[in-house]
Amino acid sequence: MMNKPTRFADEQLMLSPFHERQAELNVRNDWSAWNGYMFANSYYDGEYEYFCVRNLCGTYDITPMQKYIITGDDAEAMLDRMVTRDVTKLKEGRVTYVVWCTDEGRVIDDGTIFKLGPQKFLLTCGSPSLAWLKKSCFGYSDVHVEDMSDKLAALSLQGPTSCETLKTMGLDGIETLKPFGIMQFPFKGSKLMVSRTGFTGDLGYELWIEPDLALDMWDSLYSAGEHYGIQPYGEMATNMTRLEAGFIMPYMEFNEALKTVHYQHDQTPFELDLGWLVDFKKPRFNGRTALLEEKERGPKYTLCKLDIEGNKPAEESEIYSDKGCSKKVGYVTSAIWSPIVKANIALAMIKTEYVNKDLWAEIYYSKELRPYRKVAKCKVKKKPFWAPGRAKATPPGPY
Amino acid sequence: MKRYDAVIIGAGHNGLTNAAYLAKAGLDVVVVEKNDYIGGAAVSRELHDGFTYSNCSYVCSMMRQAIHRDLDLSNHGLMLVPYIGGIYFGDDGTCMAGYLNEEVEYNNLRARSPHDADARARFYADLARYAQVIRKTLMRTPPDPTSFKPRDLMELLFLAKEFWSLGEKEIYEYVRFFTMSAKDFLDDYFEDDLLKATLASSGIIGTALGVQSPGSAYILLHHVMGDVDGNVGAWGLARGGMGAISKALASAATNFGVEIRTGSGVSEMVVKGSKASGVILDNGVEIQSNIVVSNLDAKRTFTKIVNKEDLPEGILEKAENFKIRGSSGKVNIALSALPKFTDAPDNPFVNRGGQMFVGSLKTMEKAYDCWKRGTWSEDPFIESVIPSAWDPTVAPPGQHWMSNFIQYCPAELADGPWTPEKRDAFGATVINKIEQFSPGFKDLIVHAEIRTPFEIENEVGLTEGNIFQGELTIDQLLFNRPFPGYAQYRMPVKNMYMCGSSTHPGGGVSSACGANAAREILRDLGKANTVPEDDCYDE
Repeated sequence: MMNKPTRFADEQLMLSPFHERQAELNVRNDWSAWNGYMFANSYYDGEYEYFCVRNLCGTYDITPMQKYIITGDDAEAMLDRMVTRDVTKLKEGRVTYVVWCTDEGRVIDDGTIFKLGPQKFLLTCGSPSLAWLKKSCFGYSDVHVEDMSDKLAALSLQGPTSCETLKTMGLDGIETLKPFGIMQFPFKGSKLMVSRTGFTGDLGYELWIEPDLALDMWDSLYSAGEHYGIQPYGEMATNMTRLEAGFIMPYMEFNEALKTVHYQHDQTPFELDLGWLVDFKKPRFNGRTALLEEKERGPKYTLCKLDIEGNKPAEESEIYSDKGCSKKVGYVTSAIWSPIVKANIALAMIKTEYVNKDLWAEIYYSKELRPYRKVAKCKVKKKPFWAPGRAKATPPGPY
Repeated sequence: MKRYDAVIIGAGHNGLTNAAYLAKAGLDVVVVEKNDYIGGAAVSRELHDGFTYSNCSYVCSMMRQAIHRDLDLSNHGLMLVPYIGGIYFGDDGTCMAGYLNEEVEYNNLRARSPHDADARARFYADLARYAQVIRKTLMRTPPDPTSFKPRDLMELLFLAKEFWSLGEKEIYEYVRFFTMSAKDFLDDYFEDDLLKATLASSGIIGTALGVQSPGSAYILLHHVMGDVDGNVGAWGLARGGMGAISKALASAATNFGVEIRTGSGVSEMVVKGSKASGVILDNGVEIQSNIVVSNLDAKRTFTKIVNKEDLPEGILEKAENFKIRGSSGKVNIALSALPKFTDAPDNPFVNRGGQMFVGSLKTMEKAYDCWKRGTWSEDPFIESVIPSAWDPTVAPPGQHWMSNFIQYCPAELADGPWTPEKRDAFGATVINKIEQFSPGFKDLIVHAEIRTPFEIENEVGLTEGNIFQGELTIDQLLFNRPFPGYAQYRMPVKNMYMCGSSTHPGGGVSSACGANAAREILRDLGKANTVPEDDCYDE
């Protein structure tokens, strides 16, 4: 969908197939951009939307995500060599979270792979990856990559009442769908694909449909969700929920390797605490040699979840090993006050040898134009800040 | 017979908080509760299929974040959700909306009065200045101004510093503020009557004062100095109802080893060798304990539980004269659909928040006049909220429950005691008033629970159903709460303490009273303090 023709039509962003409905609900006209699409920063109020996601349910437009259908006899082998995880173990109708790296073992991007058929996969990721995919196909004779980014509309529905909403929408059996599972439903003579995936760490689903049916799907979903508190949410609420879940964001936690200028200002999976995604049992995959070396040597930095005393978010703080702030040992990548957990939380890159030692964050904040500084003690947390039982339960319950 | 380190009387939120912190310090603690369920006035009960009422307290803003965080109440199931928007109904059937966004709210007020839209900023800055001083005292033990103990002197110095930091002019203003009426205070800022009446309502909620009574300005502040996630003045709902707060506290306390016994109240505190040494329950069971902590209000504690022979001269008199007058009622209504209000904007960000049936300053004062005469007004002030519009767990999908708080409702009627007929007539008055602004409202009613001070006292135990466990007037605040000389949670009988809202900082679901009392008890026992510091000092 494109904007109305104006003198500056060539300067306008693309509009999502859901735009018409979302624009009506974007009370504050608070837009930003993602992959060429106009994209909501918030609709009404970031914190309000955050609570909708945590207490009721909310929708997040993931159409601007990049989507590639990969088919052919060699599709599986190609993906298996590209990403660090073992794709051959992925069963049909299941989704897996992956990262892929350069030969030097630096993270290019993260994303999800859906196995739609024996030789058919859907790869989704945050940034355009067509060029890298094409390169990854070198040496494989039967693999075809189709860029579906603008041909597939996608909406994430997240929150405790999301399953109930989908049931009310008529998606029979949705409560039996397990985390990382995929189900197909007939919709207006076409197909609606639903995966139990998301970026909030809570119960949630992602809905995939052809763009022409996007508004119809929106209408049935919103009509079903009326009594379940459905509300669209934007980037602000997403950033809060993903941080509580401990999920990483490009350009917050990692700098995409192919776009990194300065030496090693990108990250390895081990640095991002994603070592569990690297499967050395696989004989070959991109970056294996470098990553094996890194595993033996230990990563220079490790991404940590921090619980910081006080209630001032440690945005852009540096981390020290002493209260006097004489020895710098890391830096905060994202920080918020978490309303649900009631904690001052952050993700931070910490020099690995200091992870289990005393850590202090130097926090700057302001009060009526005047800057203030405080140094706050940090505790490293092993588990996600927010991981309710319903996120993993099948059936997940009504709320 | 087993001897506990501490027995706590009453499983309300402060009693549970107190128990949790004592047990966290390693004490062997038992909480006794007269009802079959815990929570006191922070309680949720399903009285009709699928509808869970917050039977007494219904919204939350005072809950100390530091306690929530320290006791990990989120992991014990507590989730506080701020609610936004509001509709305020005037005498003439018109209404005013309240908006979350500053700019929108400015435009909204500007349409009524450009003067008031402008004055609003000064009003909230002044309130914030007053609030920040009081907020810092919430989790501190009030100093005894007559004492020369270093700790009291230090604490007095802390208070003095906080006041001095306001500047000379504001110190005068502050002192005036404590003794002013809500109306006089508001007259200095605003001209629009409905706006003034709406704001003044915070000055009378739960109090036997009118909008024109001296002292009501402070109560206004008490209602706007809380916060949700640092947003001072915001109010939230507990997911699952207010009982979710008590349940989470009980879960945290139980984790520390606290035993909770429900179903039998305390008939008497046992005193041996002039020291509190346990309690006797209504069912005759005796519980021996080294210390006794009462979470009951001061009047009930000293007139019903403690033998007057065990009390020093004058305490019983102080307890009997403790100002704890019943002035409010509560009507909880289950509805088959969301009610629609005439003239209210068709905007869910506004009309699903609170509904306040305010009338005018005059109407509110008239309602107070009725209370003084021992009756209820036919045109009462009602503060309503529909928790089910926010909380998917408290009513079936598409159905709702509405909490209605009514000011005023006398504890004793001029024409004799409360009867079920009079209670229902009171309920009908409330429902009729709502129906005026929401035609067809009555047809939506599925179930209703009507509570006058009589019901609240008999069920929850609050004397006269007073929601604050004693009024929040300056004669009963800070080092005067509950009585001068007894504001540090230690009571006249050795080894006896109080931890309820009758103590500093007073009413509201804050957990601060219970935590403060625990800190003092642990100090007396020579144990390490387990109670966290408040987190508001960086504000």
